Amino acid sequence: MKKIEAIIKPFKLEPVKEALNEIGIRGMTISEVKGYGRQKGHREVYRGAEYNVDFNPKIKIELVVSAQSADEVITTIREAALSGKIGDGKIFVLAVENVLRVRTGEQGPEAI
Amino acid sequence: MKKIPAAKRKTVLTGLLLLAATVPCGPVLAGEASPGPDLPATLINLSYALDTFYFLICGALVMWMAAGFAMLEAGLVRGKNTVEILTKNVALYAIACLMYLLVGYNIMYGDGVSSVLPSLRFFLGPDNSVEAVLKSGGKTYYSAMADFFFQVVFVATAMSIVSGAVAERMKLWTFLAFAVIMTGFIYPVEGYWKWGGGFLDAMGFLDFAGSGVVHLCGASAALAGVLILGPRKGKYGPDGRVKAIPGCNLPLATLGTFILWLGWFGFNGGSELKISDITEANAVSMVFVNTNTAAAGGLVAALLLSRLWFGKADLTMALNGALAGLVAITAEPLTPTPVVATLVGVIGGLLVVPAIVFIDKARIDDPVGAISVHGVVGTWGVLVAAFTNPDGSLLTQLAGVGTIFAWTFSTSILAWLFLRAVMGIRVSEEEELEGVDIAECGLEAYPEFSRE
Repeated sequence: MKKIEAIIKPFKLEPVKEALNEIGIRGMTISEVKGYGRQKGHREVYRGAEYNVDFNPKIKIELVVSAQSADEVITTIREAALSGKIGDGKIFVLAVENVLRVRTGEQGPEAI
Repeated sequence: MKKIPAAKRKTVLTGLLLLAATVPCGPVLAGEASPGPDLPATLINLSYALDTFYFLICGALVMWMAAGFAMLEAGLVRGKNTVEILTKNVALYAIACLMYLLVGYNIMYGDGVSSVLPSLRFFLGPDNSVEAVLKSGGKTYYSAMADFFFQVVFVATAMSIVSGAVAERMKLWTFLAFAVIMTGFIYPVEGYWKWGGGFLDAMGFLDFAGSGVVHLCGASAALAGVLILGPRKGKYGPDGRVKAIPGCNLPLATLGTFILWLGWFGFNGGSELKISDITEANAVSMVFVNTNTAAAGGLVAALLLSRLWFGKADLTMALNGALAGLVAITAEPLTPTPVVATLVGVIGGLLVVPAIVFIDKARIDDPVGAISVHGVVGTWGVLVAAFTNPDGSLLTQLAGVGTIFAWTFSTSILAWLFLRAVMGIRVSEEEELEGVDIAECGLEAYPEFSRE
């Protein structure tokens, strides 16, 4: 089992979600985060004082999938999240030790 | 008291006026000569009621400005300090009302010991009796209680100017203690010197609705507080850098500004003190128009200036610009033409933007620009009255500015120092970082939003 963490631009959330639904992914968790990489922040002026806003708003999508489908999932996410401009984000793939479904107590790949 | 429906009131009033118009001017009752203005008792009754009603409505509008200040300030501070500033605003309004009732009103409007020394009396006296009013032939033309109500909301306005300047780092209860001193004593004394008939009034100092008496006074107390309090942690860098601390809710700040704008019609309009004849009705209308157009001029000027200077249309500067226009016209909203009033407001807007920037550069931390709007532009408003009112003199206006500032600033400094010694004036560094909402109020303003 693999955990996919995708950091994407906020307005790409809907396209990514639809694309994942189309390949059969039926659940995910999202959080609103801020971050920067090569995409620099921007300058703002508040009452005459200039300041840098370094952190850009992003959406982080987290989902756990079977090891076999991981490649298809990250390709799908990438295609939907791509805009071609700096700040498109990153996808991380991590190994998962175990998964448990709270309602039934199932564990392992059935619980995904 | 049973309420008479508006339509019926209008019909009765029109009927009575038509009836009164058929009565010849001159001796009214058979064989009796009257000394003063010869009005039938009914007209005196109606005129008194109308002027009293007008006072009460204007007072209610000025009371509503307290909501404006509360929203404006709540919008310009950070989320973690919002509950505390709201608490300050509601409490200072209440304290102002109580202190003014207790002692402030009579200090300001009592007979006075001399033109410098006001007299001391507590609570309010009785209202005008019907006989006394009729006997005066209409010279006593509004309720004494209405006069108190109209004046009490002004002292609340002056006090609320201070709350924005000391936001985010002052102890709540210290601020409220200062409010007791300011509304019970500091403001009434300088108000006595002008509106109570004291020496400023006697020398011809002009201040129609309070650019000096209210706004400059509030700003002077605020400046004293801010100097002793110090800036917010991290606001100023060692190399002279100014760190921006953006407000958390600009919709609230905008709403607050519009509320203040609306309330100002009562603030300036009511200060004409009378509406019940043609001259006065026209005067009030002129005051409304000039008040509105000065605000508009101030807003546009500040917005344009911020665009030219910073490259962006800074909403907070536009809001301060509107308020600057209002403060600027407040010393004399009657005599200028609307075009001149607009210019007065425009210059107010052009002054407030650099004032905000340079006061920041001087490392005086004023989160809402209160000192700039009410102090710098309040001074401009008082001085320009020398030019817009033919009875004005620049020297007298300067004397007024100097007196009000010197008195308020020095007594405030003493008060703040005293309070600092007795109960402390500033929250601890930890409390400031955590947010005064938690430290002073035990509440969060936006508990469901994640905080910085």
